[in-house]
Amino acid sequence: MLKKYPTVRYVLLRAIWYFLTFLVAIALNFFLPRVGSDPGDIMLAQSSVSSPEIRKQTEESLRKSFGLIVVDEQGSIKRDENGNAIKASKFSQLTNYIGQVFKGDLGTSFKNQKKVSEIIAQALPWTIALQLPAILFGWIFGNGLGALAAYRRGVFDKVIFPLALLMSSIPFFVFGMVLVYFFGIVWEIFPAVGAYALELTPGFSLDFLFSAAYHYVLPFFSIFLILAGGQAIGMRSMGIYELGTDYIKYAKWLGLKETRVLAYLFRNAMLPQLTGLALSIGQMVGGALITEMIFSYPGLGMAMLTAIQTNDYPVIQGVTLLITTSVLIANFTVDILIALLDPRVKQSLSMDSK
Amino acid sequence: MIKLLRNLIKEPMFVIGSFLFLVTIFAGLFGSSLYTASPDGMSYDAPSGDYWLGTDNLGQDYVALLLRGLQNSLFVGFMAGIIATTIGTLIGLFAGFKGGLVDDILNMITNLFIVIPSFVVLVLVSASWPQGRSLVLIAVLIGLTTWPWTARSVRAQAASIRGRDHISLARINGASNLQIIFKHILPYLASYVFMVFIMQVASGILSESAISMIGLGPIGEGSTSLGVILNTAKNNSAITYGYWWGIFPAAIVITVIVFALYLLNNSMEGVFNPRLRK
Repeated sequence: MLKKYPTVRYVLLRAIWYFLTFLVAIALNFFLPRVGSDPGDIMLAQSSVSSPEIRKQTEESLRKSFGLIVVDEQGSIKRDENGNAIKASKFSQLTNYIGQVFKGDLGTSFKNQKKVSEIIAQALPWTIALQLPAILFGWIFGNGLGALAAYRRGVFDKVIFPLALLMSSIPFFVFGMVLVYFFGIVWEIFPAVGAYALELTPGFSLDFLFSAAYHYVLPFFSIFLILAGGQAIGMRSMGIYELGTDYIKYAKWLGLKETRVLAYLFRNAMLPQLTGLALSIGQMVGGALITEMIFSYPGLGMAMLTAIQTNDYPVIQGVTLLITTSVLIANFTVDILIALLDPRVKQSLSMDSK
Repeated sequence: MIKLLRNLIKEPMFVIGSFLFLVTIFAGLFGSSLYTASPDGMSYDAPSGDYWLGTDNLGQDYVALLLRGLQNSLFVGFMAGIIATTIGTLIGLFAGFKGGLVDDILNMITNLFIVIPSFVVLVLVSASWPQGRSLVLIAVLIGLTTWPWTARSVRAQAASIRGRDHISLARINGASNLQIIFKHILPYLASYVFMVFIMQVASGILSESAISMIGLGPIGEGSTSLGVILNTAKNNSAITYGYWWGIFPAAIVITVIVFALYLLNNSMEGVFNPRLRK
C-alpha cells in the first residue's frame, strides 16, 4: 500500500496509531476518575439538599449527566417497576462518553451549570498564547546555548552548564513564585497576578493589549527560562557527542568556517533533541499549567485548579482530555517533522517499503 | 571499578553533588528526631531566635515542618524511583533482548504511556481519592506513570548488547533467556540503570511537589511534603503578604535535592561515557 510514497504511508500509519491512542486516552479519562470513588457520591455529599425527594432528583440528574443511568431517545430516565432508575453498564457508559466527546459535548459544570466546552473555550486562548511561544522560544534558545557550550567548552561551558543544570532543577512553579515575590511584590515592577488589569474588558483596544503584554512578562519568563535550561543540558551532551564524530573532524581538517561547522553540528544534534521534545512535551505542559495557577492566569491551568478545589469532575475531566489531546497532536507533529527533516529516518522509510 | 571511583572523585560536580545529597538524606532521615520543634506561636511569625525560619499559618515551627516535609518528599521520590526503574528496566531488558513481536508489543505499550501525560493520570486518580490519599498512593502512582523513558533507554542499551559474542556463547552453553538477561546483560547496564534511577528519583520528587502544589497531595497527619508546604503557603497568600519564609526555604530545599541528583547523574555520565570527557 502506497509503496511509492513512503513518507505519505508513514504519516498515515502514524495518524492511525495516534487515533487509537486517542481512544485509549478517552477510556482512561473516563475510568481513572472512578478508580477511587464514585464522583457522583462525592459531589452529592457536598450539595446541601435536605429533603429526600429533592435529594433523589438531584442524584438522578447528576447520574444522568454522567451517563451512569439508562436514558431513552427523548432523554428521560428509564425506570424499572419500582420506579428506580436503571443503571447503565460500564461498557455502555464508556461508549456513551466516547460518542459525546466526538460530538464535542464534555458535559456540564457541576458548580455553575455552564457547558464544560464553553469554560474550555474561554480558557484555551490564554493558555495557547502563553505556552506555545514560551515552549517554542525556550526550546530554540536553550538548544542554541547548549550547542555553543558544547562547541566552545572552556570558561563559557563552565558557566552556562552548571547554570542550566541549576535552572532545570527548579520546578516551574517554584521559579514562578520567586519571580512573583521579587518582581511583583517587593519591587512592584510587574503585576503579580492575572492576565490583564481587571477594570478592562478583553478586546482589541490599545489599553487592553498593553495591559495584557505587561501581565504576560512574568509568566512567560518563568516557563521560558526553566525550559531553556533543560534543553541546553541535552543539547550540550548531544553536541559534544557529535563533535567527536568523523564528519566534524573532517570538516575541521578541510578548514571550513567555524559557523559552517557549527551549522552542521547543530543540524545533526538537533534531531535527537526534537525526539526529546516529543518525549517531554507532556511534562512541560503539566509544569506550565501549574505556572498559570501561580499567576492566576485565566487559562486551562486555572480552570482546572478551580475545578479541583470544588470537586467539579466534569470540568476536571474536560481539561485533562484537552491536555492529553494537545500533547498527542504535538507528538504527532514532531514525529512528522522528524520524518521530513532527518535524512536518516527518510532513508529507513524508503528502505522499509521496498 | 576502583579506577572509575577515582575518576569520579576527581570530578568537582560529583563531589558537590554527593555532598549536597548526603546532607539532604541525613537531614531527611534524622532531622525530625534530632530537632525539637518550638511550641506553636502566632500565625506567620517572622524568623527569630525561637523560630529560625518563622512559623506557618497555624503557628507551627517551619524548621520542623521542613524536616518532616523533606523526609516525606524523599520517601515519595525513592519509592516512585524504585518502582519506575524496576518496571522500566524489566520492560526495556525484555524488549531489547527478545526483539521481534515481544519488542513490538512492549514498545507500543511504552509509546502509549509516553504520549499520555503522567500529570493527567496523576490528577485524575488523585482527584477521585479525596479520602485516604497517602504518601504511598502518590508514590505508587508516580512510579506507575513515569517508567516509560527508562524502558526506552534501557531497551536501546540492551539491544546493543544482544549481539555480542559472550551472549551467543552463553546461549550455546544452554543458558535460559532469564539467565542471559539477568546474568549477562544486566551487569553491563548496572551503571546505566543506576544513573536512570537517580533521574527517576529526581522526577518523582518534582512530580510529587507538582501534584501537591495543585492541592492533590497526600492528606493526613504527618504526611506533609515539601509540595504541601508550598501549597499551604500559596493558599494563605503568603507571597502576597510578603511572608517569604513560607515559600523560599521549601523551594530551596526542593531545588537543592534535585540539583544534587542532577549533578550526580551528569558527573557519572561524564565518567562512564568517555566520549563526554575532555
